[in-house]
Amino acid sequence: MKEFLLVILVAPFVGFLINGLFRNVLSKKIIAFNACGQILISFLFSLVVFSTILESGGAIFEYYNFIKVGSFQIPFALQIDQLSSIFLLIITGVGFLIHVYSASYMKEESSAHFGRYFSYLNLFIFFMLLLVLGANFVIMFIGWEGVGLCSYLLIGYWFKNTEYNYAARKAFVMNRIGDLGFLIAIFWLIAKLDTTSFSIIFSNESLAKLSTLDITAITLLLFVGATGKSAQIPLYTWLPDAMAGPTPVSALIHAATMVTAGVYLVARCNVLYSLAPITQTIIVCIGLATAILAATIALKQNDIKKILAYSTVSQLGFMFFALGLGAYTAAVFHVITHAFFKALLFLGSGSVIHAMGGEQDIRKMGGLSKKLKITYWTFFIGCLAIAGIPPFSGFFSKDAILVSAFAKSPALYFMVLLGALLTAFYMFRLLFITFSGSFRGTKEQQQHLHESPAVMTLPLIILAILSLVAGVIGIPDVLLNGGDKLSEFLSPIIFVNNEHQLSHSTEYLLMGLSTILIIGVIVVAWVLFKKYKTTETVGIGKFFENKWYVDELYNKTIVNSINKLAKICNDIIEKSGIDAVVNGVGRLVHYGSRQLRLLQSGQVGNYILVMVLCMVLVFSFQFIFKK
Amino acid sequence: MPIYYYIVLAIVLFCIGIVGVLVRRNAIIVFMCIELMLNAVNLLMVAFSKMHHLKNAAINASAGSDGQLFVFFIMVVAAAEVSVGLAIIVMLFRNTHSVDINFLNRLKH
Repeated sequence: MKEFLLVILVAPFVGFLINGLFRNVLSKKIIAFNACGQILISFLFSLVVFSTILESGGAIFEYYNFIKVGSFQIPFALQIDQLSSIFLLIITGVGFLIHVYSASYMKEESSAHFGRYFSYLNLFIFFMLLLVLGANFVIMFIGWEGVGLCSYLLIGYWFKNTEYNYAARKAFVMNRIGDLGFLIAIFWLIAKLDTTSFSIIFSNESLAKLSTLDITAITLLLFVGATGKSAQIPLYTWLPDAMAGPTPVSALIHAATMVTAGVYLVARCNVLYSLAPITQTIIVCIGLATAILAATIALKQNDIKKILAYSTVSQLGFMFFALGLGAYTAAVFHVITHAFFKALLFLGSGSVIHAMGGEQDIRKMGGLSKKLKITYWTFFIGCLAIAGIPPFSGFFSKDAILVSAFAKSPALYFMVLLGALLTAFYMFRLLFITFSGSFRGTKEQQQHLHESPAVMTLPLIILAILSLVAGVIGIPDVLLNGGDKLSEFLSPIIFVNNEHQLSHSTEYLLMGLSTILIIGVIVVAWVLFKKYKTTETVGIGKFFENKWYVDELYNKTIVNSINKLAKICNDIIEKSGIDAVVNGVGRLVHYGSRQLRLLQSGQVGNYILVMVLCMVLVFSFQFIFKK
Repeated sequence: MPIYYYIVLAIVLFCIGIVGVLVRRNAIIVFMCIELMLNAVNLLMVAFSKMHHLKNAAINASAGSDGQLFVFFIMVVAAAEVSVGLAIIVMLFRNTHSVDINFLNRLKH
């Protein structure tokens, strides 16, 4: 087991080194083969580890002492248990499919850039695995920062485009804001408990040492970290911009894995969160607000990837909403299903963009279903899954969230149901505008339209099957007694799960209600968008189309004031403060040396005179002070 | 004769040497002044060793003889130094047709 974990972790890193160092020498075929092969190795070993976990439960392995200061030490330890093994499978499994897809999607890049792309992608998988496998907060934080770095590198992959570089920088800076919270939380824990290991922190003795204030502050700070990484209000604006990266990157990093790191963090610390009701309330509010805000924005976007990006933000909002309610299993369940159908949707959109020759505006598409049959059907399955139509996977995970919301309060239920309806609406708007009606692009694009090669469609088909069947791991007990395998599996990790007490008839009613409403919304979308004509948006639509003017608000308030502050620092403190000191030192030395230079006259007599005078001085000093 | 006489004579010789080195520009005179200083020190050494001998002859018959020996060494070294120094001055004269040390400031430029 210990060695297996190391292999899982190291294989992508080896891939990164090979592709990164020899990108100028290796051919594209070898690069792609190497990158995909390393992830496949990781995936196969993950399967072995997962089956061991199924039989014997989790374990912690220490490899060496990472940091040791006095009595405080941080071991380099990996923890494999039910929660991390699920994430392990998602990361390596979905990651492998996306690697394979990328090999075809990026084939027009030059060999060196192709190698750079895959080395970043492998490095990302390495850090993501480190994040979920770390047995203490510090190891997790290394992975946490590492995925942020890879996200930055991949968003700015086409670095010749200034806009893309800005997007990458924005993502990086916003993540840093969140990471600061995470870091402070770690320091807080070290100050209070003198350890960062999960197993010690979550034990009863350690929890007894923490006051309510400590727990609330630590959980809130960790949540700040999670809002940065998982794109929640107020730090969500980087994710839509992150679509500047290549589409498979959006699928892997900004939909399936990295952005769910925040959910993983909260689920990992569920013991702490269950003890902090204030934090839980805040998480519920922020999750719900994010879910609905992002969904409303997604209603009016016209860029195919932007819609999916806002949809991701919205779905992450659902997950945090569930976490706040204490329904940790439901959140993890949604992470799993979301990884499948969102990766599918992104890869599908990549296939569409590929067919359209780089066009991303859905107003210029339409009628693609005839030419891109596989893409269309898999995309359709993805839409059904995300909308929550039974028996697709999204239905079960969303139902779990909806039911726990209803158990808390019906008002929450109706709000989150509104979010779910919006989800169905914008997804089917996207589907119908893109694939139905008639083609609205140029003639050249129409002739260029083609289905993607098998290397790209195969991952789509596999992900579509997974989106269809992934729900079986968490069928609620009302439909199938003992069907909720996931809760059972996760029960050793999720110490306090909110078990809702609802009668079976209520649950049936809720399922029926949401399903009927969602189908109704889909029909409305069908009527509105089956023959789409470009129209100018007015009123509140304009407001949504401009993303609630949040970016403008941030620019006006935060960015501008920081820029002004920077200008003041630059003009006053830098120029007349620091520069003056630095130049002053230089000028002083210059002046002094000019004066001292006069001493070097070249006249031997002068030198001897100075020498004699100094000797006389030294002797007379000694003479005086001796007595 | 008291030791002070020797000391004062040595100091006077030494000061003449220093002043000569400082104020004269003729390389040969400067050189002679350096020798003067050297010999002032020699004189002092002989004087002290003699005094040392007189004081300690009862205990040690050869007391102070090492000082006298040193003086011979210094003289030999000084002779060697003089030959080198005079050779330099000869070369200086051949190059500049002068023995003025103020011409020796070429390294400054």
